[in-house]
This record gives sequence, C-alpha cells and structure tokens, in this order.
Amino acid sequence: MNNSEKFKRWSITEWRIIKTGCTNFVRNAWLSIAAMAVMLITLTIVLFSVIANATFTNTIKQITDKIDVSIYLKDSVTPENREKLVKQMKALPNVKEVTFLSKDDALVIYKKQNANNKDLLLAISQTDNPLPASLQIKPRNVNKIAEIKTFLDKKEIKDLQSDETSYSGDRKEAVDKITHATDFIRRAGIIGVLVFAVISMLIIFNTIQMAIFNRRDEITIMRLLGANTSFIRGPFVVESVLYGVISAMVSILLLNGLFAVSSSTLEATSLGLLDINYASRYFSSHFWIFMALQLGVGVFIGAASSIIATHRYLKFKTTK
Amino acid sequence: MILLDRVTKTYSRDTGAALDRISLHVEPKEFVIIIGSSGAGKSTLLKLLTREEKPTSGKIIVGGIDYSKLKDKDIPLLRRKIGTVFQDFKLLPGKNVYENVAFALEIVGMSNKEIDHTVPRVLEIVGLKGKEKRMPMELSGGERQRVAIARAVVRQPKILIADEPTGNLDPKHAWDVIKVLEKINRFGTTVILTTHNQEIVNKLKRRVITIEAGKIVSDRANAEYHS
Repeated sequence: MNNSEKFKRWSITEWRIIKTGCTNFVRNAWLSIAAMAVMLITLTIVLFSVIANATFTNTIKQITDKIDVSIYLKDSVTPENREKLVKQMKALPNVKEVTFLSKDDALVIYKKQNANNKDLLLAISQTDNPLPASLQIKPRNVNKIAEIKTFLDKKEIKDLQSDETSYSGDRKEAVDKITHATDFIRRAGIIGVLVFAVISMLIIFNTIQMAIFNRRDEITIMRLLGANTSFIRGPFVVESVLYGVISAMVSILLLNGLFAVSSSTLEATSLGLLDINYASRYFSSHFWIFMALQLGVGVFIGAASSIIATHRYLKFKTTK
Repeated sequence: MILLDRVTKTYSRDTGAALDRISLHVEPKEFVIIIGSSGAGKSTLLKLLTREEKPTSGKIIVGGIDYSKLKDKDIPLLRRKIGTVFQDFKLLPGKNVYENVAFALEIVGMSNKEIDHTVPRVLEIVGLKGKEKRMPMELSGGERQRVAIARAVVRQPKILIADEPTGNLDPKHAWDVIKVLEKINRFGTTVILTTHNQEIVNKLKRRVITIEAGKIVSDRANAEYHS
C-alpha cells in the first residue's frame, strides 16, 4: 500500500468514526438526553458557584474598603508637622493611602450630610468652624489594623490629636467580626467550588460509563471482527464529546437567560450578600471565557470518561 | 496454513487442561471438521486460533504468523485475515443486514464505492439478496447465520473458522449453511468447522478430527461418524 492509498484509507476511517458517533448519538436519543441532562445540571451549578463566589468576594471587598481609620488633628498642628506625620504613616507597611481633609473640607461635607437639618446648619454657621481637620488612613489589609493602632497610640502622635481615633465611626466591633470572617468565607468558597467540580466529574463519568456498559457486547463483537482500538473507541468519544459541547452551550445560554430575567425583574440592587447586578455584570464581562471554559471542561470530561470506560472492554486476554 | 505444536491450555489449576498437548497440521484449502462432546475442547481450540485466548504452552502458527511473537496491537490485523462464524451469530443489533456485512470492510478502511460493489455480491452468494434492509431481529436463525457467514467471507479470508454454526438451526437451515461453507471452500478458503451434527459429518465426507477430554483421539480423511 503506498502513502496516498494509506492516507485515503485513514481519512475514510476518520470520517466514518465521526459519522458513526453522530449516528449513535441520534439513535440513542434517550440515553443522550439523560447523559446531557446530568452534564447540563452539574456544569451549570459549578459555573453558578464560581460566579456566586466572585460576587461574594466582591461584596466582602466593598465592605472592607469602607473600613478606614480617621485621626482628628488639633487646630494647633502646623502644616509642617502634618506633612511629617503623613510621611511617617505612609512609611508603615500596611498603609495603602492617607488622605488629608482640611477644616474647610470637613465643613463642606458636614453641610452636605445635614442639608435637611436647618437647626444644625444654623448652629454651625453662627460659630467659627468647630470641625477639626482630619487624616483618613486606608489599610492594605483590614486584618492588620492593630499595627496602625499601635503607631497612633504613641505619645508624640497622640499629642497632635484633638479627639479619640475613629475606626470607621463606632462600628469597630462589627468591622472586626467581618474582617475575621472574610478570609474564612473566601477559602470556603474556593474549596466548595473545587469539591463540587470533582463530584460532578464523577457523576458525569458514571453516566457515560453506564451508557457504554449497555453496549459492551457490541464492543466485543467489533473486537472479534478485527476492528482496532480507535475504530471502536472513536465513535464513543465523538458521542460523549457531543454531550459535552451541547451541555456546555445550553448551560451558558441558561445562565445568560437567568441573569437577563433576574436583573430586569429584580430591580433590587442586592439580595443579601449576593449582589445580582454585580453577578450579572461579572458574567457578561467574562462571557467568552466562561463559554470556552465550559466547552473545555465538557469536552475533556466527555472524552476522558469514554476513553476510560471503553478501556476494559477493549483489552486483549493476556493470561496464559 | 495452520500448525499447532504440543499446545496446552489450562484455564485454572482445579479444572485441569482444556487442551492437552495438541499437535495439528491443516493444509491450505482443506475442509476440516472437528467433533467431540461438549467441553471436549473444540471451542478452546478455535479461540486459540483467533487469539481470544493465549495458550499455556506450545506453538501456534497460522498463515505464517507465530502467535508467541504477536503483539497486542497486531491482533486486529490477524483477525482480519481469519473469517469467524459463531454459534450465536454475534451480529451487531443496531445495524441492518447490509451494514453488518459492510462493517467488516469499513474496519479495513475500504471506500464506500468498493463496499457497494462487494457486499451485494456476497449477499447473493449466501442467498440473502433482497433482504439488505432487514434488521437482525427480523430474520430467522438460518438467515442470521448466513449474514454472519457473509460478514466472515466478505474480506476473502484465507481461513474461515465456524464454531458450531448449525447449533441453533433446524435441519433444513443447517444444511443451507453447510452448503454455503462448501461453496466458499471451493473458492479456495480453508474451512475449520466444529459440529455436533452426525448427519452433516457423514454427508460431507471430509477430514474429521475427534477431540475428547482435551486430546485428539482420531484424525481421519473422508470419515464418517458413528456415536
């Protein structure tokens, strides 16, 4: 057999494998639907938990971003002293940024916040500006706020301050609890997604294995007739990859529809910790990545499970 | 064409040898009948020839291929050179008559044009013209066995192995199947046939090998069989 003849036979065989796989897919319609339903559900839940985890992390970040430390400066503090203090604070490893609010700035904010309270506005306009200038310190890691606190509690720094240091107003205790919880929640979320992905892989694998178990006699007959491994296995792989591709597409479209409906009907910005609008934005901004990932995972699981499941029926006897 | 040299096959220590130091030589174009009661070792012998089983000891050479040097990946190539017919037909249930026969050619990568040229002629030889579209379920036992024979011979193998092909058939259909095997033998294919059927053996008047308890007890040409 020359090379062109070999290539011709090879291409005919490859084409037959794909065609047989598609034919089997249609002929075993019920089995296909059952297998795809399992894949669809698991792929959707895994993707949904990925999005939920991202949304959750975002919510936590929003909360922790609001955590800052404010110190109020005595009116006697000179601009030079203030600059020195800012420099010192910026040198601390956990300080992300330091913002200065002058007495005038504070007044503008105060007026804005109390625009509806005429009495308070009147009271403040009749006196000289009583509000202190302040420095707002944003920490890099909210869990290490204690370092900043130690610095601020030093005698020479304390002397510059007109008032008690404020840790996000009076919500220090609540903030502390949240900061302790964030790390745990983030880790639990990632572990949860991974565990779920593994479980769903096992379920899909089992479904495909059952489908192939039902046709093990067919595999044995083909083997006896002299069909080689790829000719027997190929159609099963094609069929299972089709399950993966279709379930992945439907899963993505399903979530797309879900977000479209929920963000239009639930005008509410947030449902507890799950911010629907953020989730929806996150999904659409990562649409093609998710599509590729779902397809990749679907194709991989389909191909891997059919290859593993057919293996045992394709083995030749080796015992003497 | 077929050479067995002191071949022994033991499935497990408790049951003893299924075949015990069998030596056998079959010439090209021969028609050999193997007889013996159930469990005598006939099927084991055929399974060794198709490399469904590996011998515990001894040498097997078929068509110049030494089985002890045969790699797993070459087993399909060996099986393509041997046509096999089974007592339980082993047709692919999801394929019709035509597709079942065509499958044997698809395995070797033959083009649709060649297949369309070959399959109808073989179906005509086995007398199944006009039944191409039937599914195996819709056929009688004899017809199913003839599909299996068509599938086994469509690649024009040098050797045809038929393991009790008439075992599930009534006398008329059984005889039809045997006549097809004789026809194929006349075209030049070596045929190995195992059977229980005394009448078939006596009518055929061919070389008859008798196996009892894993040993060849007689090997005669133009033999008749009396129980």
